[in-house]
Amino acid sequence: MPQPTDLLFYAFAGLTLMFGFLCVANPLSRNPVTSAMFLVLTIVSMAGLFVLLNAFFLAAVQILVYAGAVMVLFLFVIMLLDLQEEERRRLNRVALGLGGVAILGLAGILVRAMTSGTAEGVGTPAVEGSTAELGRILFRSYLLPFEIVSVLLLVAMVGVILLSKKELK
Amino acid sequence: MNIHAGLTHYLVVSALLFCLGLLGVVGRRNLLVIYMGLELMLNSANLALVAFSRFNNNLNGQVMVFFVITVAAAEVAVGLALIVALYRRRQTAHVEDLVSLKL
Repeated sequence: MPQPTDLLFYAFAGLTLMFGFLCVANPLSRNPVTSAMFLVLTIVSMAGLFVLLNAFFLAAVQILVYAGAVMVLFLFVIMLLDLQEEERRRLNRVALGLGGVAILGLAGILVRAMTSGTAEGVGTPAVEGSTAELGRILFRSYLLPFEIVSVLLLVAMVGVILLSKKELK
Repeated sequence: MNIHAGLTHYLVVSALLFCLGLLGVVGRRNLLVIYMGLELMLNSANLALVAFSRFNNNLNGQVMVFFVITVAAAEVAVGLALIVALYRRRQTAHVEDLVSLKL
């Protein structure tokens, strides 16, 4: 008998894959805003999968950072660029078909490789109170990478301001 | 295949999501949608890392995902700034219009 968590897994996995497909290959609309909205839905359903995996902190960070900050940036840039001519472009059907076949082959190989082995985990899958433990690991074992990432964010911020100036010298 | 959601199930979802992202990168010609495909691929790798972390009872995978999310946020900011700068020069965000090396 499937457990309730299994049913939730199938629901969230189906939603993630469906919204992901609608994000990249929506048959009805090729507007980038539609893609961005479906990317938000993909990310929210993936946060559901993270909750099922007991990664509560990462689910919250996923929603805050991706569905919040990153998607606001995307929508802001889409509105800034005024991309209306995308709708009228014709697709190169041969290239699209060949790319689709190649990606189907890759998907087949990956799924076959993952289902053929005995890839079950070793430990007992129960990490309770994982957020506190995650913070402990982050600030003890990974303190230096944490600080380096903060410097990286600063560098990215300065770089973005420099790139967004009117004239590049 | 077992009906209970185990490590294999999460890995299969992650692989399929990666292929969807790749489909976006290969099939679409709009720079912003290509960027969204890249985000999907990063997210699928995150899902695989979290699944491994859960089923091996080892939190290092979640720390890795935390860093991936942070770096992806910085990367999105810089990449979108580059797209805006490119659009100012060439008035397009369509990869088939951007075929010459010189601006």
